[in-house]
Amino acid sequence: MAAATVAPAPEKTRKSLRAGEGRRGILLVAPTLVMLAVVILYPLVRAVIQSFQKDEGLNPATGMFVQGGYAGLSNYSHWLLQQCAVAGGGTQPCPEGTLGSQFWGAFGITVFWTVVSVGIEVILGLWFATIMNREFRGRGLVRAAILVPWAIPTAVTAKLWFFIYAYDGVLNHILGFAGIPPQLWTSDTWPARMGVVIADVWKTTPFMALLILAGLQLISKDVYEAAEVDGASRWQVFTQITLPLIKVPLMVAVLFRVLDVMRIFDLPYIMTGGANGTTSLSILVVKQIRQGFNSASALSTIVFIIIALTAFVFVKFLGADVIQRPPGYTKRKWFRRKPPEASQSVEATPEGAEAA
Amino acid sequence: MTTEALPVTAGAAEQEIGPPPRRKDRGKAVRSYLGLAIIVLWGLAPFYWMIVTAFRQVGFTFVTTPWFTHTTLDNFRTAFSTARGNHFGQALLNSVIIGVATTAIAMLIGVFAAYALARMQFRFKYLILGIILGASMFPGVALVSPLFSLFSNIGWLQGWNYQAMILPDISFALPLAIYTLTAFFGELPWDLEEAARIDGCTPGQAFRKVMLPLAAPGLFTTAILTFISAWNEFLLASQLSNSDPHHYTVPVTVAIASFSGAQPHQEPYTAVMAAGTIVTVPLIILVLVFQKAIVSGLTAGGVKG
Repeated sequence: MAAATVAPAPEKTRKSLRAGEGRRGILLVAPTLVMLAVVILYPLVRAVIQSFQKDEGLNPATGMFVQGGYAGLSNYSHWLLQQCAVAGGGTQPCPEGTLGSQFWGAFGITVFWTVVSVGIEVILGLWFATIMNREFRGRGLVRAAILVPWAIPTAVTAKLWFFIYAYDGVLNHILGFAGIPPQLWTSDTWPARMGVVIADVWKTTPFMALLILAGLQLISKDVYEAAEVDGASRWQVFTQITLPLIKVPLMVAVLFRVLDVMRIFDLPYIMTGGANGTTSLSILVVKQIRQGFNSASALSTIVFIIIALTAFVFVKFLGADVIQRPPGYTKRKWFRRKPPEASQSVEATPEGAEAA
Repeated sequence: MTTEALPVTAGAAEQEIGPPPRRKDRGKAVRSYLGLAIIVLWGLAPFYWMIVTAFRQVGFTFVTTPWFTHTTLDNFRTAFSTARGNHFGQALLNSVIIGVATTAIAMLIGVFAAYALARMQFRFKYLILGIILGASMFPGVALVSPLFSLFSNIGWLQGWNYQAMILPDISFALPLAIYTLTAFFGELPWDLEEAARIDGCTPGQAFRKVMLPLAAPGLFTTAILTFISAWNEFLLASQLSNSDPHHYTVPVTVAIASFSGAQPHQEPYTAVMAAGTIVTVPLIILVLVFQKAIVSGLTAGGVKG
């Protein structure tokens, strides 16, 4: 402690402390980059290569044995255009019920879940966060309670709601008080779809609320007091002060949640097995794997591209600033050889300083 | 209790001296507490229902009495019983093995990267940070099909091959660990490290002797978050684990999802709820004990980067 309170070290000492930092930094990050290359890049490249190969084996549609080999874009057109191979060459629209006919349906329901679930989560999350941002007794209890759904494994959540949704289960029982007839929550198309939304919203609203709350706590109370003095209405305060000030954390939370729901698997897979119009894109990939993993690889590559594009749109256009560079840092500096502020820190000195 | 506690809590310090709270403030406070009650109910009610059911006799599965009735411990015995082809005990052990190994590897590699990202200036730093963030958003499903074909070629889908799940789990555990650690490290008083360096420590010594003790809570929280994420993983394990009873590498999440009952198409609800309780309660205890740290870990990355 004592050392920190002494007068700052002479500029020269500080400079020499930072010598070689550029190289050390890369060295420390290198194991991570290697690991990510092994566990993400390699499988991804492998998937892309596989996606241009034909699946060997019997074609379920035609009963013909298909040789492997270069497939061109046929695996992609199989999914995107829903074209299936026919005996004797050529393609036709995939018959109803085959996996190939389900891509756009799965895409649609995945997007539906994303929009509806995240929409509800944002509204509820804002409400929860606003409530928790006030001063109250028992803060610890509320925070613990809200962490419970977050901590329960999604697989257990799915089983728990599967039980709540049972025909004789507690949800239908409660709805009975309101005169609503019992629903088949896991085996009827729209109840099952909404069942997934409810379970997902229950599990993930806490995460949303906590992120928004962290953003709210950064807003100074003075701003609100000033608004009150100026006679702003509550709605004005919310839309013109709160929302703009929490925009970045809110958009980051929304981005994470959107990407989560885009790849949703556990909940619908365990609750319905993907039946009755609840096959998400991820479930479709998994169903396809046992029928031919080259075609599954094409599908998983498509899913990857969809998710990457979504993330790109959020970061680029919707202000989900996940990296948050220091003020004044612009992208162009990546390509400059000597960043201005680096004269006393980064790249500019290593050789010279080490020699000295 | 509510109405009496209101003036103090709603107004905090400023109102102690000021005029007595107006009616409007009271209404606001009542609504606040109503909202808080809803939040607590939201978080706890379904979880509570799981526990109540876990202790209920099978014959009374669908009784909707909201407190403990017809209690029994049979469901926990059923959950651990291997008579119906379930291997819940082994699955618990598998989850611990996979979770601990994944967390250890992710922390070991991640701590160096996070230190560099939080502390140093080097070329391509923000590009690398972007890569790591991109990796954290990477869809697990894009790994499943290439890894399924690769692992079946090299025989990792048979036998005791825990690495068939540990390695893919690194893909999300490592970015998560780095992301959280970088945020924690960014808030540490690094001047102390510089002071230690000036006093003659090597960079390694300065980190170990001065910074590591200060960083311990952040490291611990990150390890918990990473462990929970690995413990909760389902998609990869459902495809890449081995359900052969003699080489059973299936983790609990997958085991619970495919829990079979006495009859093939009869869901053993009470036993599943008992199993779910066993899987969840350790996590809940972790969360209750370390809630403050966990909340800061969860939100650190999102708010400050």
